[in-house]
Amino acid sequence: MNLTLRVWRQDGPEAAGRFETVPAPDMSPDMSFLEMLDVTNERLNDDGKEPIAFDSDCREGICGACSLVINGQPHGPMRGTTVCQLHMRSFRDGDVIVIEPWRATSFPVLKDLVVDRSALDRIVEAGGFIGVATGGVPDANTIPIPKDVAETAMDAAACIGCGACVAACPNASAMLFTAAKVTHLGVLPQGQPERYRRALSMVDRMDLEGFGGCTNYGECHAACPKEIPLETIARLNRDFLVGSVAGRTE
Amino acid sequence: MELNAKVPDGPLAEKWQRYRFDMKLVNPANKRKHRVIVVGSGLAGASAAATMAELGYRVQCLCFQDSSRRAHSIAAQGGINAAKNYQNDGDSIYRLFYDTIKGGDFRSREANTYRLAEISTQIIDQCVAQGVPFAREYGGLLDNRSFGGAQVSRTFYARGQTGQQLLLGAYQALARQVGLGAVEMRPRTEMLDIIVVDGRARGVVARDLVTGKIESHLADAVVLATGGYANVFYLSTNAMGCNVTATWRAYKRGAAFANPCYTQIHPTCIPVEGEFQSKLTLMSESLRNDGRVWVPKTPGDKRAPQDIPEADRDYYLERKYPSFGNLAPRDISSRAAKEATDEGRGVGKTGLGVYLDFADAIQRLGASTIEERYGNLFEMYNRITAEDPYQVPMRIYPAPHYTMGGLWVDYNLMSTLPGLHVIGEANYSDHGANRLGASALMQGLADGYFIIPATIGDYLAGAELAPVPEDHPAVRAAEASVRDKTQRLLDVNGSRHVDSFHRELGRIVWEKCGMARNEQGLQEALQRIPEIRAEFWRDVRVLGSADTFNQSLEKAGRVADFLEFAELMCRDALIRRESCGGHFREEFQTAEGEAVRNDAEFAHVAAWEYRGDDAEPVRHVEPLSFENVHLAVRSYK
Repeated sequence: MNLTLRVWRQDGPEAAGRFETVPAPDMSPDMSFLEMLDVTNERLNDDGKEPIAFDSDCREGICGACSLVINGQPHGPMRGTTVCQLHMRSFRDGDVIVIEPWRATSFPVLKDLVVDRSALDRIVEAGGFIGVATGGVPDANTIPIPKDVAETAMDAAACIGCGACVAACPNASAMLFTAAKVTHLGVLPQGQPERYRRALSMVDRMDLEGFGGCTNYGECHAACPKEIPLETIARLNRDFLVGSVAGRTE
Repeated sequence: MELNAKVPDGPLAEKWQRYRFDMKLVNPANKRKHRVIVVGSGLAGASAAATMAELGYRVQCLCFQDSSRRAHSIAAQGGINAAKNYQNDGDSIYRLFYDTIKGGDFRSREANTYRLAEISTQIIDQCVAQGVPFAREYGGLLDNRSFGGAQVSRTFYARGQTGQQLLLGAYQALARQVGLGAVEMRPRTEMLDIIVVDGRARGVVARDLVTGKIESHLADAVVLATGGYANVFYLSTNAMGCNVTATWRAYKRGAAFANPCYTQIHPTCIPVEGEFQSKLTLMSESLRNDGRVWVPKTPGDKRAPQDIPEADRDYYLERKYPSFGNLAPRDISSRAAKEATDEGRGVGKTGLGVYLDFADAIQRLGASTIEERYGNLFEMYNRITAEDPYQVPMRIYPAPHYTMGGLWVDYNLMSTLPGLHVIGEANYSDHGANRLGASALMQGLADGYFIIPATIGDYLAGAELAPVPEDHPAVRAAEASVRDKTQRLLDVNGSRHVDSFHRELGRIVWEKCGMARNEQGLQEALQRIPEIRAEFWRDVRVLGSADTFNQSLEKAGRVADFLEFAELMCRDALIRRESCGGHFREEFQTAEGEAVRNDAEFAHVAAWEYRGDDAEPVRHVEPLSFENVHLAVRSYK
C-alpha cells in the first residue's frame, strides 16, 4: 500500500506545532498502524530527519499508552480498538491519513504526538481507590459478591486510562474515565464505606485539572477502546448527587 | 564474592513465621527518617512502594512509562495462583510449593519457593479487599480455573485481564499514598545507574525522559522492580519498553546476575507474520483448558484445518503427556511445538505454527460459554489475524515471554550489593529453570506486598547509613558516567537505525539461545554478538539531542545494554551442560527428546560477577540442597 501521512509535529510543550506531510509508500496491509509508523520512522532516521515521537508500549491493547487521533477519531476508525491493534487493512491504498495527538487543555503536548496525561493519575490519587492498607484483611470468600455485580464492576474496571474519552469529547471532559472508576468501586461491597466521598473528591479533582463538564454527547463511549458503558456516568451523577445534596460523605 | 542465601533455620513450614519474629524492626517514628527508592511500578514495584509508604517510610518511585499504571504486568492475562483450596480438590501450600519446585525443574531454592506458596493465600485476600473484580460463581464466591503444570484448580482470574486488574489494585494503593504525600511518584524517568557509597547502594542516577535532565536520587536503600529481559530476543511478548538496563547497570555496580540462560518461551502466541513485526502477542495459557493442540500427522499436509479428518490429526500433547495433556508445562509444550514444526508438520503460511482448536469445546459447552471465558482473547486474535477462532482453529507458536534469570538475591531479596534489593521478575529467585503459568503475578505481589516491606526493615535497622551529600564524589562520578554514555550514543552518528541492530541481535539469540541450544550454536553466538556490538558503536545513528524528549536515544541505550547482556546469557547457557526447564541443550536429551538434567554437576544457581568491560565475568555457585522434596525426573506423562 502507498499512503500519505499528515502528521502533527511539535518540538516541545512551548513550541508552535504544524502539520507535516510524510510519504509512507510500500506498506503491508498486515502491519499494525504503529508498525507502519515504526517503518516510517526508520526511513526518516535514514534520511537524517528526526523520527515522529508517539507513545506506545504493550501493543496488545491493554496498557493504554498509545494515543493517536487518526482522521479525527481517537484510536482510529475501528470500534473498540486501540491504535496498536488497528491494522493497515482498515485503510485503502492511496489514502491520506491525518495523525494528531489527543487534544485537550488538560493534556499538554510534550512532543509531536505525545501528550502529558498525568491529570488522570491525579484524579485517581484524589479518591479512586479502596482505602485498605496491606495486611489485616478478611479471607477473600467472606465477602460473597453476586456474579452480576462482579461483572458490572469488571465492565467498568476494564478502562485502560488512555484518555480517548477526553480526546473525543467536545468539552474535553474526563467524565467517562472518572465514572468508570467510581462505578467499579461503587458497586462492590468493599467500596461502600468511601462511595460518596470518592465520587465527590474525584469530581472535584477533575474540575481542578481543567477538564470540561459532561453534556451527554456520548462521543466518549463511541471512542472508548474498551467500550465502557455510558450508564457509568449516570452512576457517577447519582453518587455525586447523593454525596453533595444529602451531605453524605460516608 | 560470597553467595550467602541467609536461609533461616527451622522446619520449612515455619521458617518465614519464625524469621519474621527474628528480624529487627524499625520503630514507627524512625521509619519516616528512612528514604527508599523503588524503581519500576509493576505488580512488584507498585505494591512494594505502596506498602512501604503505608508503614511510614518515605518512598520515591520511578518508572519510565508515562503513568505507573502502564507497567507491563498489566498485560498478564490468565490468572494468579493461590493455595486456597476453595475447590476442595486437594490443594495445599505444600502442593503449590511442590508443583512450583517441580515445574522449575528443581533449580530454585526450597525456602523461597515455600514462602511464596505460603503467602499466596494472603495475596488473594488483599486483592479482594482492594476491590479487584475476580470472576465469581453464581453463589457469590470466587471462581477458579486450571493452569499448566498443576492438577488442581487454583488459579484466580478476572476474565482475560487478570494482570490489569491486579496492577490497578496495586496502582490504586500506590495512588492513595501519592495523594497522601507519602510516595513521590516520578513517571517518565529512567534509572541509568546505581550510586554506591562505602559499598552500599545509596541511590540512583536517572534521566528525566521529558527534559533529558540527568538527576541523582539518594536514599537509604534501593529496590529494583524492573522486570525481565525477554526483549533481548527483539520479538517477544514483552512491551516495547521492557529492557535489561536497570538490572544490567546494577550488575556492573556489583550485583551478581543469576542464571541468565533461563528464559521462558511461551507456547501459545500468535505466529510471526512479517519482517516489519514489532512484537508478538500472547494468547493466554488458560486457552489450553478448553483448546486442543494439534498438527497434521503427515509432513507437508497443506489442507485447510476443517478438511483434515480426525484420523489425520496428531493431538501431540495428549498423545505424549496423557495425564497432563494440553496442560503440560510451558517449556515442554513449547518444545513439542518446535519438534512438530521441525518435522515439517507446522501449519500456516510460514509453517511455524500449530493449531489450538476449540471445536470440541464449543460443541460440548456452547459458543456462549466459550465467549464468556475467552471472549476478549478471541476478539484480540481476530483483530490481529483477521481469522475467526469460533470458526477455524487458532494458529499459535512459541515466543519469548518471561525470564526466570535475574539478579541474584538472598532470602531477604537483597542482591550481592548491600542495600540493593530486587523483586518480581527482575530477581532470579522462585521459579527455577521454568515458571508455571499464573505464578508471575503471585511472585510479584508476594515480593511487593509482603516480603520486601518486612525484610527492608531488617536491613535499615541493622545498617549504619551516614547521610550522603549530593556532591559526594561517588554521586558525581555516577552522573558523569551516565552523561558520557548518553553523549557517546549521539556522537557515533553512523548510518544504521537502532532497531536494525536490535533485530540482528534478536535473530542470533533466538536461533542460538532460544528454545533449543547446543555448544556449536552458542560458540557462534558468542563470537557474533561482540561483532554486532562493535558495529553498533561504530555505525548507529541516533538523531536529536540529549536534553530533550528523545525516544531514539532511550531505545539506543537499552539496545546497547542488550548487546552486552546477550553475551552473558549465551556464556551461561554454554557452561550449563545439562537440560533443565527452559534451558534445553540438545546434547542432553533422552531418545524420546525429553530433557536430561545433571544434578551431580548442576544442582546449583550460577551467579555471575562483573569484573570490568575487558575482563571475563566470574561464575559463582550457590549449591541447591533439597531437604524436603525428592529430586525426581520431571514427568508429565
